[in-house]
Amino acid sequence: MPDLGPYTFEVLLAYGGALGMLFVLLALSIWRSRRTQRRLTEVEERRGRL
Amino acid sequence: MASIWEYANPRKFMTTSEVVLPWTVGIAAIATIGGLIWGFFFTPDDFRQGATVKIIYLHVPTAVMAINAWLMMLVASLIWLIRRHHVSALAAKAAAPVGAFFTAIALFTGAVWGQPIWGTWWEWDPRLTSFLILFLFYLGYIAMWEAVENPDTAADLTTILCIVGSVFAIISRYALDFWNQGLHQDRFALFDGESDVSPVFAWPLVTCLTGFGFLFVALVLYRTRTEIRARRLHALLAQERLS
Repeated sequence: MPDLGPYTFEVLLAYGGALGMLFVLLALSIWRSRRTQRRLTEVEERRGRL
Repeated sequence: MASIWEYANPRKFMTTSEVVLPWTVGIAAIATIGGLIWGFFFTPDDFRQGATVKIIYLHVPTAVMAINAWLMMLVASLIWLIRRHHVSALAAKAAAPVGAFFTAIALFTGAVWGQPIWGTWWEWDPRLTSFLILFLFYLGYIAMWEAVENPDTAADLTTILCIVGSVFAIISRYALDFWNQGLHQDRFALFDGESDVSPVFAWPLVTCLTGFGFLFVALVLYRTRTEIRARRLHALLAQERLS
């Protein structure tokens, strides 16, 4: 951990907040993709059985 | 050589993006993580700004990509408007949340950086104000896609919103040229010999710019694939309801 001097709070807040938001974006993208793919597979399999 | 319009075919887009996506994700991960580690751990403090200069590796790439994302959405929306290719409309829709998050990160890191350096979290200067308005346009764009049930109508309406919002994307980028006022310093060129950005800071910044650029492309490809699947899902469900 580098010595951030009097700006430790600001720098860590910026990095923590930004990386947290990036994580949320990635998680939401993956979650929606998997949910859509799962539902599409279900519908396609259902139609295949008909 | 294949025409670019071939990728307007959803099947062609899915097969091509399946090959391209892992490479894009790999480059994005290496450049973003590598650039941030380089910038955070292995660069010195600035003689004026101290350690707060490390925020540049998040703030500048996300701010640049926030504006570029909107311009990419504008191009994709215009392709939809002129040629009615669904994939381009879905790509614009897929890019909006990514651009919104990048804008939010740039606003947040800018405020946290501005407080110790400028003595204020926020200033209603042309660049910051137009950037905030751009963020609101992102939210409005996403809300409009959700609110309008017919996807073609939603694509048409969001295209108009995108064209209007582009004014603020351009104002935000060139605000200092237009008004020559505000807290931000004048635009700087990296590696031009007279630049006031030392290579010690510039190289990790370029790495982060590359990383966030590829991260944007990777996320848009990934999310566009999701939107194409969602469109097919809705079409199949609609067919089931009719039969």
